[in-house]
Amino acid sequence: MNEMIKMVVALTILCGVSGGLLASIHDGTAAQIENQQLKFVKGPAIKSILKGSANDPIADRFKIQDGDIERNFFVGNIGGKANSIAFEGSGKGFAGDLGIMVGVNLDDQKLIGVAVTTHSETPGLGAKAKDDPGFAAQFIGLPTDKDVKVTNDGGGINAISGATITSRAVCNAVTTAMSNYTKLKPQLDQKIKDFQK
Amino acid sequence: MAKSIVQEFTKGLWEQIPPFRLVLGICPALGVSTSVENALGMGMAVTFVLAGSNILISLLRNVIPAKVRIAAFIIIIATFVIIVEHLMQAYTYELFLTLGVFIPLIVVNCIPLGRAEAFASKNGILPSAADGLGLGVGYTLSLCALGALREILGNGTLTIWGDLGYNLTSVFPSFQPFAFMLQAPGAFIGLGLMLCVINAISK
Repeated sequence: MNEMIKMVVALTILCGVSGGLLASIHDGTAAQIENQQLKFVKGPAIKSILKGSANDPIADRFKIQDGDIERNFFVGNIGGKANSIAFEGSGKGFAGDLGIMVGVNLDDQKLIGVAVTTHSETPGLGAKAKDDPGFAAQFIGLPTDKDVKVTNDGGGINAISGATITSRAVCNAVTTAMSNYTKLKPQLDQKIKDFQK
Repeated sequence: MAKSIVQEFTKGLWEQIPPFRLVLGICPALGVSTSVENALGMGMAVTFVLAGSNILISLLRNVIPAKVRIAAFIIIIATFVIIVEHLMQAYTYELFLTLGVFIPLIVVNCIPLGRAEAFASKNGILPSAADGLGLGVGYTLSLCALGALREILGNGTLTIWGDLGYNLTSVFPSFQPFAFMLQAPGAFIGLGLMLCVINAISK
């Protein structure tokens, strides 16, 4: 009995101290971690898509409620007018979820850029979707109301060699993002006016 | 205590160098050693956890009841791992992204638990600290060597926080990178070859 109490007390104290310590570390680093996530995961993608924008798209962002999901939209001011937005999409890659950032010009309804943000694709093959600028460049100028497909499926995107599934996943993610865009377009037009003043 | 503190430290560098001699912690060794940079980050994380948990477990070795010692060791190791995970996310986010799941997996890595059970729970604070640090540094060195081998053969480059400008194709124009070395089978072959060399030297 005595030994039992000793074990319970030792483990309880250990867990309590550990829990308290971790909670304080979590609180202490939470703000820094959020900054890092925006800066490293989304920041470079947003900057490459909205390149040449006069404002800071990460600071000029707004949220739209879409069903249960809250979507972030980053506003880009290119050529003196806040008419470009970047937002996130996702799809199923070869090895897990694949996150992308898509940029759209609100005036002519065309894609201004696509970039892969998070992925777990095979290094050297599928991972090139993120690193190869030639692949991403193919999406620029596509209209938002058409499905995006790789050439194997009858579309216009040349897949990365050896990584058809990843290329297809990026196309699907872009297509899904575009249908979300079309769905939320009225709200977007409303919100973007605040940035055009 | 027969061995000196220095010996406890240096045994981790050759005599018991992980993962080769102990053949513990193989999974992350294979998973993260695709580049020197990743290997270095992983090695430092393991070193911190190993040294921290060894010191704390050695401190508490007379307080922890024997029957629940494994549970207690895991709590201590997990605490250190989560600290590392948070610090990495907050300050070296790129490294955290590439190491991914292998950081939380240090909890179930056999090296910290093995050292806690076999060494720290039976020895004083200073030898335990030296043991943890030595094995951690040894692990870091092995991972870096494996990482360098795989990165040079697999990609033709060598990067440590920024490209060193070293490229194998500029030295041997006909060199074609073996993309295979960057994948799991390449890791096994690299590890096997290194183990072979180490055994040949120590014989």
